[in-house]
Amino acid sequence: MSDVSFVRTEMLPEQAPPASEVGIVGWIRHNLFSGWFNSILTVLSLYAIWYVLSGVLPWTFQSVWNANSLNECREIMIATWGSTHGHACWAVINDRWLQLLFGFYPSHLYWRPILALILLLVALAPVLYSDRVPTKMLIVTALYPFLMPFLMWGGTIWGPIAAALGFVVGWGVYTIVSKQLSGLFGIVLGIAASIIWWLVLSSYFVGALDSILPIGIEAVQSRQFGGFMLAILLGVVAIGVSLPIGIVLALGRQSDLLIVKYLCVGFIEFIRGVPLITLLFVASLLLNLFLPPGTNFDIILRVMIMMTLFSAAYMAEVIRGGLAALPRGQYEGADSLGLNYWQAQRLIIMPQALKISIPGIVSTFIGIFKDTTLVSIIGLFDVIGLASAIRADTAWNGIYWELFAFIAALFFVVCFSMSRYSMYLERKLQTGHR
Amino acid sequence: MTTLTDPPKEQFRLSMLLYDTRYRSATIQVIALIGFMLLAAWIISNTIQNLEGLGKPVEFGFFGEPASYDINQRLLEYTSRDSHLRAAFIGLLNTLVVAVLGCITATIVGVFVGVLRLSNNWLVARIMTVYVEMFRNVPVLLWIVLAMAILIESLPAPRAFRGEDATASMNFFDTVAVTNRGVYIPEFLFSRSLGDIHLFGTSSIRFDISLDLIAFLIVLGGSIFAMRKVSAWAAATQESTGDRPKIWHIQLGILFVPMIILLVALGFHLGYPELKGFNFKGGTHMRNSLIALWLALSLYTAAFIAEIVRAGILAISKGQTEAASALGLRPGRTMRLVILPQALRVIIPPMISNYLNLTKNSSLAIAVGYMDITGTLGGITMNQTGRELECVLLLMLVYLTISLSISAVMNWYNNRVKLVER
Repeated sequence: MSDVSFVRTEMLPEQAPPASEVGIVGWIRHNLFSGWFNSILTVLSLYAIWYVLSGVLPWTFQSVWNANSLNECREIMIATWGSTHGHACWAVINDRWLQLLFGFYPSHLYWRPILALILLLVALAPVLYSDRVPTKMLIVTALYPFLMPFLMWGGTIWGPIAAALGFVVGWGVYTIVSKQLSGLFGIVLGIAASIIWWLVLSSYFVGALDSILPIGIEAVQSRQFGGFMLAILLGVVAIGVSLPIGIVLALGRQSDLLIVKYLCVGFIEFIRGVPLITLLFVASLLLNLFLPPGTNFDIILRVMIMMTLFSAAYMAEVIRGGLAALPRGQYEGADSLGLNYWQAQRLIIMPQALKISIPGIVSTFIGIFKDTTLVSIIGLFDVIGLASAIRADTAWNGIYWELFAFIAALFFVVCFSMSRYSMYLERKLQTGHR
Repeated sequence: MTTLTDPPKEQFRLSMLLYDTRYRSATIQVIALIGFMLLAAWIISNTIQNLEGLGKPVEFGFFGEPASYDINQRLLEYTSRDSHLRAAFIGLLNTLVVAVLGCITATIVGVFVGVLRLSNNWLVARIMTVYVEMFRNVPVLLWIVLAMAILIESLPAPRAFRGEDATASMNFFDTVAVTNRGVYIPEFLFSRSLGDIHLFGTSSIRFDISLDLIAFLIVLGGSIFAMRKVSAWAAATQESTGDRPKIWHIQLGILFVPMIILLVALGFHLGYPELKGFNFKGGTHMRNSLIALWLALSLYTAAFIAEIVRAGILAISKGQTEAASALGLRPGRTMRLVILPQALRVIIPPMISNYLNLTKNSSLAIAVGYMDITGTLGGITMNQTGRELECVLLLMLVYLTISLSISAVMNWYNNRVKLVER
């Protein structure tokens, strides 16, 4: 009856959570001041950020952009702010940025490396964003390896065409022979025909056509290459060529064929055991000794070869990790479907193994791109070499922060975008359910 | 009536070498081996021809000749009259010095940063992310050259320390002088020293070991042995009675008392650097090249180690911590007995390969003029003697030996901690 105490018959309206738990205040409480230790850390971090920014921001923005030497820079600083301390002299970048980017490449030909870079992006687009870019664009990708050297080094147009024709010749021989005899002979004879074409016939072909129809653009010597352009050139070649070589080496290392396996293991462990700088010494000093007397080929080409071998060994280990991470059942499944070795690798093993090893592959790419700076030690004028040259110049003697900040920013942009792309790719290819 | 007949005897045909899977692998291997040997023979014969053309047969006699260049940062005594082999040995020691220093610093900084990147504090985690991304995405050579430039250009010259109106002063209670010619730190001196032992007589790898150091190491070893005995005794007491005796003060005593007694007995004191004339005298002089290389290599590698540590800690599932608390382990013991042994299994192999990278990257010393093995054997010795082939091959062999021995240690460790699976 009425000895039941009061019972509420209707629901109370929901109350808003306390102001200290939600919104910005709640976030700050949880993430910055959740305890005395955290509060101390936050205060220390705020102090560190203030300390760095109060130095860097005025230095960056209260700066001199137009001057011809460091002394002139300092005079302007004193005239404007009363002291030289805490002000950047970006005039050195304003003065030398073209050199830092292109080295000693002839300035009226700058359009060629720029065009090569744009074409590189066009060629990469169908590979990197295969779901958004039409597949037909792959034609550019296939042509790029022949177009790029032509644009960079110039010379006759028949050289790259002859190099491309080598593939056509090999393919032609393969199709004819494999119809007449067997596929295996077709492959062997096709490869042999290509090699003969490249080593023997192509020089006559180029010589003959060049004398009849001299089409070409101004040639540029290798020693004029330099700057950030050289880093991109070496990086692109080493990255592009080392991936297939790395896959082959990784397969060789996992192979049942003992001799092949130990050859691959020996190569990989040797390359990984020595610093890149010793391999660059080999490129600059010894590679000519290893070839028939009288052979003398381009220093940039030699460096490219050694850097490619270097990154291929690292790539092989990364891909081997991916292969080892695949469950045994995948190999057995491929066998039970009756696929032969190459079919199994192409259709079942490699797509999965490469997907697993994307982070490792991209960090190898980033590593080799950063390592292109080592060529400054063997006397090529890449960005670091040019920076030393600029610092040795009497006009700019004593400058360092501005130069190295600029160079570091160049590398940071490229490497950071590569690592972001790899994260995007991982997410895109993610098929498991987390 | 049927008769059993043998199956037709298969005759060996040449094409079976290619099409029969039983023989094909052998064929491929033989072809690979022949190809490899042909390539090697081709390269060797080319090299011999080329070297004959240059009039430089392969020989290593030049190693005995006087090096006639100076090495300013060194552990052992060396003069420019010493041989090239001695110079290479000094260089090798320099490589090891910077590698060991770098590995220690990189580990400390890397673990610190890696743990802070997982901090609940949003701001700290972000700052550490900025550090890691900044160092990982910029070439190490740039950091080395930049560190060298900062040291040379921005630090005070020794003469700034002089006079009444000195513009610079020494740090840490006047014990450390940071100048643009390098850093001078106090050195360890013994007034009642036991002397040195001279090893390997007068050969190129001769070196002296201080008996004081040996005595110190013996005492340290003895202390550690005694500490283990004490903790074994504590464990046995705990097994039998259930109570764990307090031993930490005994442990500290065992560790420090004999050490202090020994140091006092040997008359240990510090030798401080002092400004004399135009330069500092006394103390240990660390050249800019060493400091730049050490700083840049350790900060660069620390960024990688931080990522490894972070991944290692994240790899241990939360259930492990919860299970440990369910068993009644306190947080400290949970960390020591449950989390660390599992996290270390994930962390250590990539960590060692980063140590290896640091050691190989120390060859960039040549960019700042630090005389490591690349600077001596692959630098001045090679340029002076013109023996590129011998020097580069030997240089590779040295690095290969270091790398392979570290890999061997890593494999041994991996096998030891490998999870035994069914």
